[in-house]
Amino acid sequence: MTLLMQPIQSVKSHEVIIEIGGIAIALQTVDDGLVSVLEKRFGAYLAPGVTPDFVFCVDVVTPDIFDPDADVEVWMQGDEWHLQRGDFRAEWNPETRRGRVRQTVNPYSIDSVLRIVHSLLLARSGGFLLHASSAVRNGKAFLFSGLSEAGKTTMARLAPTDAALLTDEASYIRKIGASYLAYGTPFAGEFGEPGKNISAPISALYFLEKAKENAILPIEPTQAVRRLMRNILFFAQDTTLVRMVFDSACAFVATVPVFQLSFFPDQKVWELIG
Amino acid sequence: MNELYLAKSPAIAARTLGDEAIIMSTVDSTLFSLNPTGTVIWDAADGKTPVSRILEEKVCAEFDVSFEQAAADAKEFIDKLAGHGILLVSDQPIPEKEAS
Repeated sequence: MTLLMQPIQSVKSHEVIIEIGGIAIALQTVDDGLVSVLEKRFGAYLAPGVTPDFVFCVDVVTPDIFDPDADVEVWMQGDEWHLQRGDFRAEWNPETRRGRVRQTVNPYSIDSVLRIVHSLLLARSGGFLLHASSAVRNGKAFLFSGLSEAGKTTMARLAPTDAALLTDEASYIRKIGASYLAYGTPFAGEFGEPGKNISAPISALYFLEKAKENAILPIEPTQAVRRLMRNILFFAQDTTLVRMVFDSACAFVATVPVFQLSFFPDQKVWELIG
Repeated sequence: MNELYLAKSPAIAARTLGDEAIIMSTVDSTLFSLNPTGTVIWDAADGKTPVSRILEEKVCAEFDVSFEQAAADAKEFIDKLAGHGILLVSDQPIPEKEAS
């Protein structure tokens, strides 16, 4: 009998690097279908050739390993963050800069993993992800925050042609030196379009309220912190980081003008912005 | 009335913005904002200074209020914050290691 030594077919791993807010995360997978999904989903945020700050291996699994009704949970155990929801499980060690994600082939799970990882990174550096739409006009960034139905997507839709939309859903805020910058994100809401991959210094934050007339009203600093804390996207059950987020919110309010924007939803509201 | 001492709980984060303080309980992330008078008491809650001295030297000195009125308002304020676990109250000075 002849034993034929068949070469073992090597499985080629692909790497997709996604850079958001100046932080590059490499996603490595052997699944061609997932690569296509990622490239389509994160188009303007793909950063091939950039040295990644963090690397995640993404394993494609069958959906039966998950509890589809499970809410998002984020906790630290030992040196690792654990992230899980009904459609994914992930571990990430910030020290080794490596992590692992298990999910099915879909763009939503990794989108959520990235939001959580970025929220944890931002919390340590004075920034945060804010439930807000944002846009750049005349070189300055403007944020429009509020809970669901407040008008975030409406403000994005009404934006004039000289405004570049950063996101209609989750604004990315970094503290650089003594200033705050807003970055574009691929995290889209009802608008369904990723934001422009640009950044600009933040000129003002507006908390939205629909009204019959347009008006910009002042907000007391403590009230501004309350409203800001209500809209910061933070998922971890971690006292130290929650304190840091609170400190970041207070420092932001002490630096960036914060107002209430009562607005009637037509394009005239943008005459007050920029 | 026995003398009382106040100290900030270690389970809080707090900042003063302008003349108002905002406090977050790290137990449940509940937020409390204090008016300028409450902020003066909060800032002076060091575990060592008796409440009567805080009222006399800070509250009555900075705001147009009698000691009796300040004491009545302070009791309500202290009871409320203590009830939420963000202010420690004792009839003895409170050691630093127990406070924030």
